[in-house]
Amino acid sequence: MGALNVLVAVCLTYVALLFVIAFMAERAALRGNATWLRSPLVYTLSLSIYCTAWTFYGAVGNAARSGLEFLTIYIGPTLVMLGWWWGLRKLVRVGRTQRITSVADLISSRYGKSPLLAVFVTLIAVIGTTPYIALQLQSVTLSFASFARLDPQAVQLADSDATALWVAAGLAVFTVLFGTRNLDANERHHGVVMAIALEAVVKLFALVAVGVFVVWELGGGVSETLARIDASEIGTWQVDNGRWTALILLSAAAFLTLPRMFQVLVVENENERHLRTASWAFPTYLMIMSLFVVPIAVLGLDLMPEGSNPDQFVLTLPLSQGREGLAMLSFLGGFSSATSMVIVAAIALSTMVSNHIVMPIWLRFTRGSAVMSGDVRNVVLLARRLSIGGVLALGYLYYRFSGGGAALASIGLISFSGVAQFLPALMGAIFWRGSNHNGALAGLLVGFLIWAYSLLLPSFGPGVFLSADLLSQGPWGIGWLKPQALFGIEGIDPVVHTVLWSLSLNTGAFILFSILSFPQPMERLQGAQFVNVFRHTGKPQGWSGGAAQAEDLMVMAQRILGPDEAQALFQRAAAAQGLVGYLPEPTPDFLQSLERELAGSVGAATAHAMVSQIMGRATVSVEDLLAVADETAQMMEYSSQLEVKSAELTRTARQLRAANEKLTQISLQKDAFLSQISHELRTPMTSIRSFSEILRDADELDQDLLEKYADIIHQEAIRLTRLLDDLLDLSVLENGQVNLNIREGSLQDLIDHALASTGAEDSGLRIRRSGVAAEITLETDLDRLSQVFINLIANAQKYCDAERPELTIRAAERDNYLIVDFVDNGSGIPTDAQDMVFEKFARVSDRQAGGAGLGLAICREIMARLGGAIAYLPGQGGAAFRVSLPVKLKMAAQ
Amino acid sequence: MSRKRSPLFLERRSYRLRRVMDAAKLMPFLGAALWGVPVLWPGPGENVVSTSRAIFYLFLVWAVLIAVTMVLTFWLDDSAENGGNDGLE
Repeated sequence: MGALNVLVAVCLTYVALLFVIAFMAERAALRGNATWLRSPLVYTLSLSIYCTAWTFYGAVGNAARSGLEFLTIYIGPTLVMLGWWWGLRKLVRVGRTQRITSVADLISSRYGKSPLLAVFVTLIAVIGTTPYIALQLQSVTLSFASFARLDPQAVQLADSDATALWVAAGLAVFTVLFGTRNLDANERHHGVVMAIALEAVVKLFALVAVGVFVVWELGGGVSETLARIDASEIGTWQVDNGRWTALILLSAAAFLTLPRMFQVLVVENENERHLRTASWAFPTYLMIMSLFVVPIAVLGLDLMPEGSNPDQFVLTLPLSQGREGLAMLSFLGGFSSATSMVIVAAIALSTMVSNHIVMPIWLRFTRGSAVMSGDVRNVVLLARRLSIGGVLALGYLYYRFSGGGAALASIGLISFSGVAQFLPALMGAIFWRGSNHNGALAGLLVGFLIWAYSLLLPSFGPGVFLSADLLSQGPWGIGWLKPQALFGIEGIDPVVHTVLWSLSLNTGAFILFSILSFPQPMERLQGAQFVNVFRHTGKPQGWSGGAAQAEDLMVMAQRILGPDEAQALFQRAAAAQGLVGYLPEPTPDFLQSLERELAGSVGAATAHAMVSQIMGRATVSVEDLLAVADETAQMMEYSSQLEVKSAELTRTARQLRAANEKLTQISLQKDAFLSQISHELRTPMTSIRSFSEILRDADELDQDLLEKYADIIHQEAIRLTRLLDDLLDLSVLENGQVNLNIREGSLQDLIDHALASTGAEDSGLRIRRSGVAAEITLETDLDRLSQVFINLIANAQKYCDAERPELTIRAAERDNYLIVDFVDNGSGIPTDAQDMVFEKFARVSDRQAGGAGLGLAICREIMARLGGAIAYLPGQGGAAFRVSLPVKLKMAAQ
Repeated sequence: MSRKRSPLFLERRSYRLRRVMDAAKLMPFLGAALWGVPVLWPGPGENVVSTSRAIFYLFLVWAVLIAVTMVLTFWLDDSAENGGNDGLE
């Protein structure tokens, strides 16, 4: 039996299982009935992506080489989790209120929404994470090779480059499928989170199973195993003090700043309360993960032949004892650790790359066209997918070219110390209001340079990036600049050396530049928001609005959030301002929330840039700063009371203004109505009277003229009747004395009927339908509804001024409401007239097109009777009306 | 949101809650201190600490820290989230 074939089969089955779990979780989340998806347990388990293949395999290897030092990697995160109450809780709160999408987004958003910082952090993250992804690919191929050694027939199959390529490609597919379903990076990736939670259980179970086997079967019990440990070559405490301290600090820092950890800790966090459970549950997970590491290492050293790779003991120890099942489980554990890390890291990095590098470039190329039509969402999604592919390809290339030789642990630590450079800027962001953009940039730059110079570049070996001479003598023979002995301090461990110098100089530069330079107003505002996140729930006045075109904003929002969500957002905002319709006033509050909503999709810096394209530059006034900056409690209380009152007043005033405007217009209309009605009645009357006089008085009229005059009288009488009918209809509807004739029918028939009776298709108006063909049946007064449709179609016929008039009819069913949009391609209705189109005798254009201006007023009354509504929908590129009504009319609604 | 001035003295329950919050904040320092003890252990040579004793000590610290944090989190429930805003010491 080929062990490798079985292994591949088990592996594929396992991957299929992950797909199914992820798929089911997505489905359940869509239906919204999956409370178990949002349990603190799932959150805790998802944090376990901290334990990658590096910890799964490498911890044992590390223990075999240097004893208990491996514990530092687990102790650091444990300390961070224990301190959740003031560190993580704040970070998560900031992340949620500011709709942060990544660690780069947080740093850039805090320091004045700076695109430069975002790009820089993204680059460091990509450089720091690539070796780490390579490490995961390497560990999977190594474990394949361990199995292949037992199976002489399968040597070809075990070609490690091919294995790594397959693994990388498979992971890319999985990540694209489940990691880019939603555009909003703030929305949770339920499928991915569920899959990695399952993988967390598998790896814990696998390691514990191997541990139990080693302690009780191979070691002969707890006390015997402990005796064996003491007798082994790692039997005494021999950890270097510097490394012990530095690595605990380093792993604590990396736990907060690794892009993938930030993703699960902050971005995927569903509920702040989950942190409370995770604060003790995750340390417990780590403790169990590390419990059996030393026994496995010691038994491996005892039982395995001289020279075997200790990084593979977890796998080779059971294999050498003929326990293939256990080895298989252990393989799955390692596989899980590697895959879950790569998936989340790819999601996190791709979000950063697409939001902070691809989108800004794309925006620059399409400069000034944020209001142009076209869907940006596809661009963002495509960018994100390509970035995922790119990140994995980079990891694979690094693996190919580094040759995969170095011990696992050293690559991991290089990666850790790279991303740890974010720590000063990150902590400053949430704890120190005085920290600013220049400080953050200087600190990051110094830290990154020292890390690259003293650890990353030398790690490739002498002669690759840095010459052997430079490594031993320093550049140009300057001794105190030697990469691994900066400032003449020799003999420190390389990792400790880098951590010491990079973090301390990084922090130093960060503090120094922050103190010396003066922040921009935007930074100060954001600083107050971030640092006082538990105190301030009020928003800063980022935008001073008024001049902006709400309609432009809507067009832009539709492209990024999608039409449904954007329309809902605008409608909610308008309702909160006490306005009816889809266009809220562009108040600073509204712009702030809109920008934040967009930031969830494209990142803070890009969202800010897009809104400023429409708004012009953001102006932050001194008053705004004062409002945020004042410190005393009394002042705060007083101003917050004032704020509440003034908000209330503003709202009331806005409502009053709107009401007043409407009243004025209605009063004007009433006058107009009277003159209009007398005019409308008198014109036909006059001609009837004069022609009948002619008929009466003229003695000799020939037959032709006689017929012609009689015909005119008849026509005018018909016009008069129609006008009176409409008036009567309206008054009946308005008084609510109408009887509804409820029947069931299909929407398609109804629209066909309406089109036929207006003769629209013969009159040169092109009709496009979408969603109408679907079988939508509704129960309502079909005749009345058809009257509304006929009216809307006839209006489009009459008023659409496009060269090739076109009418789009869209239908959709949402929450038991039927929504039918009628959108034409004409010039639409000007904003100031949109309020009035549904009033009696309102005519938008001066064009004489017949009709008394009662059509839409009647439509509005009908829709109200039917329990629905008709509204003008702005921002669609033409006149657009939205008819919405319940699919089933409740009888009580009459 | 209206924000009241924090009073100088608190009633018993709030007082207790504040001290639990203090304890929660001190946990990482306690952990760092306890796990820092190995730095004082003698290096290779005389009186070395055996690995089994080191394991026993380090994991005991771990278990105790987890247990204490777990107890603290049950105190720090929703009432703490609402009543004990950070800024109001």
